[in-house]
Parts: sequence; structure tokens; C-alpha cells
Amino acid sequence: MQSRKPFYLLVALLFILGIGASVYRGIEHNVPFLPGKQVQSWAVDAKVSFIGTGEPAEVSLSLPNDPAFDILTENASSSGYGLSVTDVAGNRRAIWSTRAANGQQDIYYKLTLVPSGKNELPATEVPPTPETTIWPATEKTAAEQVINDAWSRSANNLSFARQLMQTLGADDRSQNVELLLTGNSVTKLFVNMLHDKGIAAHEVNGLYLEDQRRRQSLVPLAEVYDDGQWHLFDVVNGKEGRPDSVLLWERDGNSVLDVVGGVNSQVSFSMLKDTRSALATSIDLMKNQDAWDFSLYQLPLEEQSLFKGILLIPVGVLMVVFLRVIIGIKTSGTFMPVLIALAFIQTTLLTGLVGFLLIVAFGLMIRSYLSRLNLLLISRISAVIIVVIGIIGLFTILSYKFGLSEGLTITFFPMIILAWTIERMSILWEEEGAKEVVVQGGGSLLVATLAYLAMSATWVQHWVFNFLGIHLVILAMVLLMGQYTGYKLLELKRFKPLAED
Amino acid sequence: MLFASPRKLRQAGVLSMNKRNIDYIARYNPRKYYKRVDDKLTTKQLALANNIAVPDLIGVIREQHEVAELPEMIKGRSGFVIKPSKGSGGKGILVITHVENGRFFKPSGNEVTPSEIDRHVSNTLSGLFSLGGKPDVAIIEGLIEFDPVFDGYSYEGVPDIRLIVFKGFPVMGMLRLSTAASDGKANLHQGAVGVGIDLATGKGLRAVQFNQPIEFHPDTGLKLTDIQVPHWDTLLHTASSAYEMCELGYLGTDMVLDQSRGPLMLELNARPGLAIQIANGMGILPRLQHVESLRGKPMSVEERVAYAKTHFSSSTDT
Repeated sequence: MQSRKPFYLLVALLFILGIGASVYRGIEHNVPFLPGKQVQSWAVDAKVSFIGTGEPAEVSLSLPNDPAFDILTENASSSGYGLSVTDVAGNRRAIWSTRAANGQQDIYYKLTLVPSGKNELPATEVPPTPETTIWPATEKTAAEQVINDAWSRSANNLSFARQLMQTLGADDRSQNVELLLTGNSVTKLFVNMLHDKGIAAHEVNGLYLEDQRRRQSLVPLAEVYDDGQWHLFDVVNGKEGRPDSVLLWERDGNSVLDVVGGVNSQVSFSMLKDTRSALATSIDLMKNQDAWDFSLYQLPLEEQSLFKGILLIPVGVLMVVFLRVIIGIKTSGTFMPVLIALAFIQTTLLTGLVGFLLIVAFGLMIRSYLSRLNLLLISRISAVIIVVIGIIGLFTILSYKFGLSEGLTITFFPMIILAWTIERMSILWEEEGAKEVVVQGGGSLLVATLAYLAMSATWVQHWVFNFLGIHLVILAMVLLMGQYTGYKLLELKRFKPLAED
Repeated sequence: MLFASPRKLRQAGVLSMNKRNIDYIARYNPRKYYKRVDDKLTTKQLALANNIAVPDLIGVIREQHEVAELPEMIKGRSGFVIKPSKGSGGKGILVITHVENGRFFKPSGNEVTPSEIDRHVSNTLSGLFSLGGKPDVAIIEGLIEFDPVFDGYSYEGVPDIRLIVFKGFPVMGMLRLSTAASDGKANLHQGAVGVGIDLATGKGLRAVQFNQPIEFHPDTGLKLTDIQVPHWDTLLHTASSAYEMCELGYLGTDMVLDQSRGPLMLELNARPGLAIQIANGMGILPRLQHVESLRGKPMSVEERVAYAKTHFSSSTDT
């Protein structure tokens, strides 16, 4: 006997590969594990306005660069302007230009963002140690006192930053702090004080996302480096850490907006929260990122819908294997139940069952006449096929006349399969009697119904189409069941007298 | 309790369908030899070449136009059997036990018209009864004159003796008796009675119908465990020698007793059913494993039969 080891290795490999591929797809491409899952999306409009001076104008707006949000769509509306998007070292800017800008100018930049769940801000490289701040003589003493006070109460970079934020944001600020704040913004002061101790930190511009807000502006925030990560501090509000609702618009210390050839320039934001299907979102994102790898979504729609049906067959087949090998249900024809179940998907269960029984019952009646005609097998089967088509046509017309729209779906039944089913049942009837017809026909319908229930579950349909790895798992399970030498469930009943002795 | 616990069945050594398929049929029955048992005409010819007694061959109908020759073949016979050569599970076997003035009667007494017989033959030729619907040939065999020893034990039909032969060793046997419920057929799932037979003596051990132990034949009322199969040694020898003939390791042999000719081989089965375990009231697995564990030089038919009689008897089994 050959070793079963390679076999189990293969099964394990298929299993791991299938699970791995599915998990990868779910996590890396954000394909939701459950169908119908909704995600939030944010529509953010940036409105740049300035007064043109009649000169050639160039507007340069930094674009958001935040790992916590994926950009789903972005577009600009700005008539009369040429637009180009530059990308320098991951730092994207939109640049509008025109030969002459006169009077009030409004430029819109719209984007749709989806939270990516990556709320951390990893540093790509260790930032250089900043140069020690040189304080003006008037501020030097005050600054040193504040810094040393906070330093003495801290243990590491982060706790130092926390202490500083507390000191700067306290309701009853010390005189030293009040003095320092006259010449600096609080965030700038915070960053400078960190630099004083050689701690890397910089100012960033963030946008608080709130539903249905208009004319919002960016708020200054500070990022403090510690242990490979940037940590966000909202010094103005005295908050540490990153709320989900903050979009970091500009992180590299560049200006948010530069306007050449205009005055009174400003940028304001309006935003709208929306929910959309998580699946559609991840498909759009994959499209944007060209991360198609192995997805059926790159096929034309017609082939996609074809595959949606085809990829259900493994589930039905798995069901049949399980019910036959493990449970021991008898069916007429090995995979006939799967094909019937596929038809049920089109017709819905009840209509399908009624339609199937009607066709088979009618077919059996006509077949019993055909059997008296002494025909050869091949022509008898052909005759049954034609008769089945006739029955289907008849029922379709009848149900249309009576206004039963469910009856129209009867055409989805595979006719050749039905003809063979009728033929087999008829022979079974002659040879083994009506009881066996009921047993096998009932078994087939039971298996078809269970296969249908498995195949019509929305999460199953979602999984087989979106996580192709699941088919490797099904293959592994089918292979494994092909090696099952134990008792079938119904054998436990059949051989029960043997266990009693 | 509707179900037995799998553990108890395993202790009883009951062979399951899946295990039979994977560990016995797939392993011991090479595909290429299936033709020898699936095609009854081949089996018959092989058996004749190996001096194994089989029912008379009246004729073979291979083509549709030869159906017209059927009346000539059966002329003057008081009974005959029409079989598909590649039929399975007893499908398509037509038994005519009584012919009167050109009218044909089945064992049940129902009449079969000549045109129905013609249709049966042409159905057979077109593959209605063969596996996968492949074209087939029809075999016309002489009727077996049943040994009257089983009179009263079988209702209408053919009592036949099924032996499981594993690697040439008869390991388990049963007598199949048809009943009114089984419509004269000898298939246990159709309601025939199965009587487990002691391999050493040929005596009945216990009987079942529809999976339930019974003591008396449901139609004739005779006590089933009183049965003593005659020619038992010949039956064992014939079955055992079928192994050399068809080279299938896991084999079911079906035999009948003819009044004048003794045991005749009816057919061989490469996928014998599991009901024999119920008829014997014991699992077959321990005996199969016993044979698998045998080492040493190959034994002759006589040695194998002797070995089986000493080791696989109900009195020596644990």
C-alpha cells in the first residue's frame, strides 16, 4: 500500500493555500468577509478662492497624504485652468495654472475617501535629530523654565510631549507660557520645545471630518516621533492620539496652499458622510491601485455573471459528496441534483419543486406510453427530450395565461437532465416498483434542495466569487472525503442489528 | 435508538460501503479484469474454459435484426432465461418458466406476450440495462431445474448461494431466498430473505428479511435455520476457483443448485453488497483482515477451502 503522506500533504497544502489566499484578499484588499457590509465614505470638497490680479496665476494645493484614508475618486473642477498633479517623493500637489486670472476665482477639488483602518503613522525612516531651537532673548528664560519643568516630570519622549501639552493647554496657564504664546502659535511652540530637547516633531495640517460641515479649515496638529512611529498631538484641544475622524491633509511641513498671481487666497473645506457597499468600495480601490492580481472583476460583466453561476457548482458538488459519502442518501444520477439545484436558483425553491414534480410526473405518464411502443433506447430518450420541451412550453404558456409569473421560470430546467431523470425513474418503476422511485426521487430532491439552500445563501455566493481561495478548500475537502472509510450515517441504521449482539 | 454507535459497529467488524470501495475493491480488483465479471458472456466463456459448470447457453443475440431468430432458438423449450450480458444488480433478467401453446409465463404466473419478449431483447441490445447505457448483447440461457432441497424455502424464485471470496478464500456465505415481497427476486433490499450459512458445514445460521432477524419463511412458514445446503464442498471449491479464473481479489460468486448438474455458477460480482453481514449476523472485516495477514506461498484451491472451513466457521470464530 502506498503511503498516504503525500496525499495528506497535498490536502493540507490546498487547505492552507485556500485559507491564506482568502485571508489575504480580505485583509489586503479590504474585501469584506460578509456580504452587504457597509463602509463609511467621506466626500470632501476643498474650495480654493482668491482674488486674481489679472496676471498669470498658479495655484498649488497640497493633496491629502494619510495612510488612514484611501482615495476612492478625486477630481477637480476649475474652468479656464490647466491642471496637473505632481508627485514628489510621495508628496502630491495639484497645480492649476492660467494666463490671466481676474477678480474672484473659485477652484474646487473634490475627493471621496474611505477609511482604511491603518490608523498608525509609521515613519519611513528615522528622522534626523532636529537642531536645538534658538530662543529669542526675551523668551529664553521662560522657555527653559517650562521645558525643564515638564522634562523633570517625564520619563521619555512621549511623556515629555504629554507634559508639555498639559502645560501649554492648561486653563490657568503660567505666566511663562502666556509670555511665550504672545509670539507663537501654541502648536508651533510645542514643536519648538520638543526640538529644544532634540526630539523630532513637526507641524501637520489636519481636517476634522464631521458630517454636513461647510467652510471648515485645516487645524494645526503636531506629530512627535517615538520608536519608529509618529504620534499625533492636538495641542490646541489638548488631545493625544489619533481620532478616526481626522484626515491629515498635509504632513511634510510644506505649505498647504501657494498662490502666485492672486491675493486673499484661502482654502476651505466642506464634507459629507456617506455609506456605501464595502464590496463595491474595495473593487473600486483595487481598480485605482491596479491591484487586480487574480480577480474575476476584470472580466466583462457578462462573463462575470456567468462565473457567478459556475463558481456555485463546487459548493453543490461538495454538498452531494457529503450527503452521499458521509450521510449515505441515494440519488438518481450522481450530479443530477446539482443541476436541478442550479435551476432552483433561477426559479426559487417552491416554484422549482412544483415545476420539477409536474414535469417529471407528466413525463412519466408519457414515457409509460412510449415504453409500449417498443422503441430503441436512443430514440426513446430523444422522444422524451422532445416531450419534456413540449411540457415546459405548455406549462410556460399556461402559467402566462393565468398570470402566474413564477411559472415562466420553468424554462431554466436543464431539459436533457430532466429527460434522463424521467427515463431512469421509469425504469426504476418497472424494475423495483414505485417505492424505490419515491426513495431515489425523494433523495435526489432532498439533495437538490440542500444543495440549493447552500448555493443560494448570499454569503456563500459572496465567498465563492470574491474569495477564489475557497475553491481550493472545497477541493481539499472533497479529496479528503474521497478517503473516508468510516460508516455512513445511514449505515449506522442499516447495520444496527449487528451492533446489538 | 435509531442509530448504532460507530464504535460498536467497528468492534463487530462491520465493513462499511466506503471502506469496501477504497480498501478492498479499489485495492484488490484491478480495473482491467472487471470485464471478466461485468460481461456475463465473457464470464460464461471463461468458466467453461476453466471447467466450472454454468447454465446452458441457448444462444446469443447481438444485433437488432437477430431478434427475429429468437422464436427459433427457444422452440420446444419449456422455459428459458433472457439476460443482458452487462446487466447489473439483476436488472433486465426475464425468466420464463412455463410455455404453453406458444404462450409464455413468468414464475409469478403472469403472461408475457411474444412482442413483450421481443421488446425486452431489443431494450437489452440498446443498453437499457447495462451500466452507462452501453450497447449490449442478450444471452438466452436454459432454465435451471432447481434442486428440490429448497422446496418450500423459496417463493416463486431462484434460491441462490452467494459466497464472498477474498483472495481465493471463501470468507462468508449466504443463501438468498425470494419471497412474495421480493417479487421472486433474490435481492435482499427488495425483500428477499438472506440466510447466513456456516462455511464449515453449509448449515443455516440465522436469517433476515428487511434487515430484521426472522425465524420462519414469511410465505411458506418453514424454519429457515434448519436449512442444510447440499454439495457444500463443491460450492466452496467452485467459488474458490473463480479467483484463479477472473483474478479479482474481492469477489462475490452467485451459484445455484441444479437438480441434475449440481452447483452452477450464475454470475460473478466485482462489487458484492454488504447485506451478507446482516444475514450472518456478523461483520466480515475480521475474516478479511485474517486473509490479508496470511503469509507464505500461495495455496491451492483445496488448501484454501480447507483453511476457510477451519478458520471461518461460526464455531471457530470469536
